[in-house]
Amino acid sequence: MTTLPSQTDTKLGLVIDLDTCVGCHACVVSCKGWNTQNYGAPLSDKDAYGTPEGTFLNRVHSYEVQPDQGAAQTVHFPKSCLHCEDAPCVTVCPTGASYKRTEDGIVLVNEADCMGCGLCAWSCPYGARELDLMAGVMKKCTLCVDRIYNDNLPEEDRIPACVRTCPSGARHFGDLGDPNSDVSKLVAERGGMDLMPELGTKPVNKYLPPRPKDTLDCGVALEPVAEEAKGFLGWLDKALEKM
Amino acid sequence: MHPAPSVIFFTVFSGLGFGLLGFLGLGMPGLNGWFAFTFYFIAYAFAVGGLLASVAHLASPMNAIKSFSQWRSSWLSREGVLAVVTLVVTAVYAVGRIFFDTAMPTLGAIGSILCVLTVFSTSMIYTQLKTVPRWNSPTTPFMFLSYSFAGGALLAGQVTLALYLLIVAAIAQLLNWRVGDQRMLTSETNLGTATGLGNVGVVRQYEPPHSGKNYLLNEMVYVVGRKHARKVRRISFVAAFLIPVLALLAFRDAPHIGGMLAIIFHILGVVGSRWLYFAEARHVVANFYGK
Repeated sequence: MTTLPSQTDTKLGLVIDLDTCVGCHACVVSCKGWNTQNYGAPLSDKDAYGTPEGTFLNRVHSYEVQPDQGAAQTVHFPKSCLHCEDAPCVTVCPTGASYKRTEDGIVLVNEADCMGCGLCAWSCPYGARELDLMAGVMKKCTLCVDRIYNDNLPEEDRIPACVRTCPSGARHFGDLGDPNSDVSKLVAERGGMDLMPELGTKPVNKYLPPRPKDTLDCGVALEPVAEEAKGFLGWLDKALEKM
Repeated sequence: MHPAPSVIFFTVFSGLGFGLLGFLGLGMPGLNGWFAFTFYFIAYAFAVGGLLASVAHLASPMNAIKSFSQWRSSWLSREGVLAVVTLVVTAVYAVGRIFFDTAMPTLGAIGSILCVLTVFSTSMIYTQLKTVPRWNSPTTPFMFLSYSFAGGALLAGQVTLALYLLIVAAIAQLLNWRVGDQRMLTSETNLGTATGLGNVGVVRQYEPPHSGKNYLLNEMVYVVGRKHARKVRRISFVAAFLIPVLALLAFRDAPHIGGMLAIIFHILGVVGSRWLYFAEARHVVANFYGK
């Protein structure tokens, strides 16, 4: 049923630390690997040895942020499904393929029901859904639902593949509905934020803003030692000006 | 947004087909037998042809039948259910007209109301999307409905009514462009809110997440349409409204010629305007790509 549950037992999701992400794309690769070999249709690639184009559930953008004062900052920005509480992708689905689980709030696609109309991808502000052109079904982050409850895996692997693989500890997984969970404490401590809050989707995943940069040596850069050219170069400068 | 031919064909021709069916249900024109058959044939060819075109847009069309199930929450599902119900109800009315020389005015009127509801739900598929600020306004249903009424009246040969309805549709179209432009200017969403980094400073993309294209860029970051938007607006407006109105007025004594000219140019104009409706619409996900 493509109506949203009024509330979910837990709110499983990710917390992504924009301060520590180094932009290595390891989460992108591990996500593609796990989700190609496990639950649902594999994530296909087109023209892999030419101009490659394919389906990914997680992508890392890179931005430059220029504050009012001080140096610009580089921010690597991983982006996947935010498992919104008010997920527009679920309610627009005409076939009932798209749904949000009552037990943990994970937004999933039942691939057997998806007709590939693409309306859910249109309704998502975050570009979290990609239609797999080979399978003809909508693909999206499953929060590795086939890992997190999987008793066949060692306990330390029962977290999403992207979190397990992140070498810089920039990705955290947990219950954001529980104020005492580690992820909730982290969000509270670091001022975790929603993406595009103005669109009212109420994302479960939170992003931790980059920490303010050191200002120790700001504004004490060396003064320029020669503003005016002198000697031969000075003459050349004047001569060229006059031409 | 990517202006897919199947979706343009679907919205234009199902709008025209249901518009014509609506007028036929009201007895405009009140014909029986073969004449009624001709009108119903055109109406069904347009409405059903449009719906079939929308199926061509699907990546897994074998699951299309399941799209009738979620009418409680999904406008696309509602549109599918309403379209089928409308086609069945108007078919019963049409059989009476064609084979039994009988008009069932109550049934006809119900069919006409259903036609309006179908076109309205088509428009709501686009209106509901907060992610496309240009579409997310009441001018979208107003425009879709007035186009359907004007085109339907033209196809039904209701010359005087068509003249008025064309003017209404022209106003709706201008309003849609104007409000759409305004929505783009006043949209709160930008790369700063999309990344949450707007609080830190001015955000600029310096490296995209992938070197090739992807589904998002192909489907939702279509930028070619924005370049020639003004010109396409002028051309489609002249074709959809100005020429049809002038043709209807100039050929008052030969309404068939005037009507034919008006219909051909109107349809061409609507196709142009609908192409632009998709092509110039900017999805908020384009922010992430700095486009």
